Amino acid sequence: MSEPIVIVDYGMGNLHSVKKRITKAGGTAVISSDPEIVLNAAKLVLPGVGHFGKAMENLEKYNLKEALNTAVLTKKTPILGICLGMQVMAKYSEEGNAEGLGWMDAEIKRFKIEDKLHFKVPHMGWNTTANQKESALFEGINEDPEFYFVHSFYLKANDDSIILNKTIYEKEFVSAVEKDNIFGVQYHPEKSHDVGNKLFENFIAL
Amino acid sequence: MFRPRLIPVLLLQGDSLVKSIEFKKHNYIGDPINAVKIFNDLKADELVFLDINATAENRTITSEFVSKLSEETNMPFAVGGGIKSLDQIETLIKAGAEKIIINSAAVEDPNFVKKASEAFGTSTIVVCMDVKKKRFGGERVWLKNGSKASAHKPTEFAQLMEQNGAGEIIVQSISNDGKMEGYDISLVESISKAVSIPVVALGGASSYNDLKQVHKEGYASGLAAGSVFVYQSKLRGVLINYPSKEERFQLFENS
Repeated sequence: MSEPIVIVDYGMGNLHSVKKRITKAGGTAVISSDPEIVLNAAKLVLPGVGHFGKAMENLEKYNLKEALNTAVLTKKTPILGICLGMQVMAKYSEEGNAEGLGWMDAEIKRFKIEDKLHFKVPHMGWNTTANQKESALFEGINEDPEFYFVHSFYLKANDDSIILNKTIYEKEFVSAVEKDNIFGVQYHPEKSHDVGNKLFENFIAL
Repeated sequence: MFRPRLIPVLLLQGDSLVKSIEFKKHNYIGDPINAVKIFNDLKADELVFLDINATAENRTITSEFVSKLSEETNMPFAVGGGIKSLDQIETLIKAGAEKIIINSAAVEDPNFVKKASEAFGTSTIVVCMDVKKKRFGGERVWLKNGSKASAHKPTEFAQLMEQNGAGEIIVQSISNDGKMEGYDISLVESISKAVSIPVVALGGASSYNDLKQVHKEGYASGLAAGSVFVYQSKLRGVLINYPSKEERFQLFENS
């Protein structure tokens, strides 16, 4: 049995559905807010729902920022960020006018919609994603898979090489990123039926 | 392609799944968890569960049930029924819910929605507004399972809910509920035009085509229904059904 994946608990949303999905995908997972456990994890998942500014405050408050930086940047621990957990990997967000972890050259911006009747915010529901490059995360997943999204802010990459897939909601935005050992998805694989399950299987197999 | 969500709305009465007409005449449909398993196998976009006795019995939809639901599903779902405190929301989120539907409490205390969205995030908080015409006077938002009218006019109430941080609004027509004669499209359209958050239409659908129509003409981005997904036809023989992924894409092509 491989070592459990550590799901980082920093007080931002429901982590149990992620844990359940990892278990169903054949992995094991523990939920923890202990910096020691995060530092020594074999693999990490950083979920998150809510406000960017509050998320960064909580990472400080729980003493997790340094542990995460060391684990991800120095020890090169594989990490998967989900939704807000992906956004905090960027340098900056308009939400709360706050600095992020800065692992990727990207910023988080609010959707500016022109056709407000057809494109409501939050972008809530199922949307197809167009893969921009090959990734171990998408092994065995069909081209242009459909995932479940809920978000009002999106990631704008300043470094094109990190872009894994893109999605259109009136305009195109980045819906997944990859840089070395760091993966992030804007959508919720834990709510995306079989394709989400496959994504977790792939992350477990990394 | 972004496409509207098709959302079965399942009503709980005790341990049973039921379907109403005009919020009355409840017909037994079956076992709720069994229905959830079927919708999960059919890869439904999203589910809504409402405990319709909770408010009257001064409790919420139970966390035991929500926990079972989250065990069985691999998709987003929202739960509602009797929710009026932040502690209750926290309990239900811990049990596995990620979307919480507020109905009567939002009408009685609009500020509660503000507190809830600040505490749990905008996308967690859904407001369901039940709308009916008063015998004398215009349309109003009703509460307590459609038994009492409030002074709120639908569009103004929807705007207030958006201001207070609701992530989406379910607009339910009480008069159309269960009749299978189509949505109140002008009601849905008026709400869609009044707010910039997602609007979910509910009440009256009889076919997948009705879902398509309320998207096209009412600008709803969530298309919710009870009867359509639990009955075979207007004869109301129980049959859980849901269109395949391909059918869903076809339904909303060029729309």
